[in-house]
Amino acid sequence: MAKLESSLRNMILSLLLISLVMSAALGFVYNLTKDPIAAASKAKEVKAVKEVLPEFDNDPTTEIKVVEGLTFYPATQGGKPIGFAVKTYTEKGYSGRFDLMVGFLPDGKINNIVVLEQKETPGLGTKMKEPKFKDQFNTLDIGSLNNQELKVKKDGGTIDAISAATISSRAFCDGVQKAYNIYMKNFAMNIAGVNDSTMMKGGKQ
Amino acid sequence: MSQLKYFTNGLFKENPSFVLVLGTCPTLAVTTAAINGIGMGAATTFVLVFSNLMIAALKDLIPNKVRIAAFIVIIATFVTIVDLVMKAFTPDLYATLGIFIPLIVVNCIILGRAEAFAQKSNVVPAILDGLGMGIGFTLAITLMGSIREILGNGSIFNIKLVAEDANTILIFILPPGAFITYGYLIAIMNRMKKRYNI
Repeated sequence: MAKLESSLRNMILSLLLISLVMSAALGFVYNLTKDPIAAASKAKEVKAVKEVLPEFDNDPTTEIKVVEGLTFYPATQGGKPIGFAVKTYTEKGYSGRFDLMVGFLPDGKINNIVVLEQKETPGLGTKMKEPKFKDQFNTLDIGSLNNQELKVKKDGGTIDAISAATISSRAFCDGVQKAYNIYMKNFAMNIAGVNDSTMMKGGKQ
Repeated sequence: MSQLKYFTNGLFKENPSFVLVLGTCPTLAVTTAAINGIGMGAATTFVLVFSNLMIAALKDLIPNKVRIAAFIVIIATFVTIVDLVMKAFTPDLYATLGIFIPLIVVNCIILGRAEAFAQKSNVVPAILDGLGMGIGFTLAITLMGSIREILGNGSIFNIKLVAEDANTILIFILPPGAFITYGYLIAIMNRMKKRYNI
């Protein structure tokens, strides 16, 4: 078959046909992958919440609260609140924003932290994912620190920064601090309180 | 036998990364670890094979003046398919490769092969060419990823080769290390081509 001549009609028809077939193919694949993609992103969220909190038996992803730009996942065990997972972020990373999931116990102590998304320098800033750095925060009570501020040792604080990645370490502290401040302001008082109805309102203290 | 040369062409003689020096962006950017090389290479190979196949099959239906537009539509479709499938089934790898998957669309290797080879050939040679080029690209970036991972991180395919807190040559993980490694590999490749007269 000879090649089609480049007449206006041929060009329009050929492009139209190719685009039609290709968009049909895309629609098909989209439908096929829609559910697995949603499931994968939810699984990631649930896994992070599970990692940062002690055992719970509700589904925190269905009771999400968004306060001042951070997402809070309340966790309960047998109806009793056992803490909050907070999806927090910082803009101060070496390569901009990164996201953390911080687990707080009802008394405001940190239970565990997981790094969700980051684009820090591989081999340097990415060491914040390693236990050597992030386990320093476990069971830490920010409220007991000087000025209730989380700082690296270089800035007069208590956190051992990752060597050659002080900016990433500072940013990490910034993200955790942000989560702590908003958590304490909105949830901690209520979660410790007796009245369950006030707990879910997230009112100011 | 004669068909086979279309396949082997891309592996060594016209290796897209080291000889044609096409697709430099992913070659430099994603090769911080060996596993990234395999993931990126597999995704690129898939797109190359299917876009070559489609373009060779449709070449008589595509008027010359709109061929680039038609090629881009075809390539973009396959890239989006890879993007969706990886997001659904290998979310961890997808998170590492990130923006470089959608960017396969503008990878010169793919449009280059469509323009220089697939649109002039039949379906079978086009598939073989896509496969050869794809595997050549995969080998090249996996090799580069391995070298950078071993020197810069002291591990290969995430298996640690040195003690946990040993000092490694960090620069190989960073962008300058990519250029250094790439330069040496191209030099070695040229030397070998000359020596063995390929």
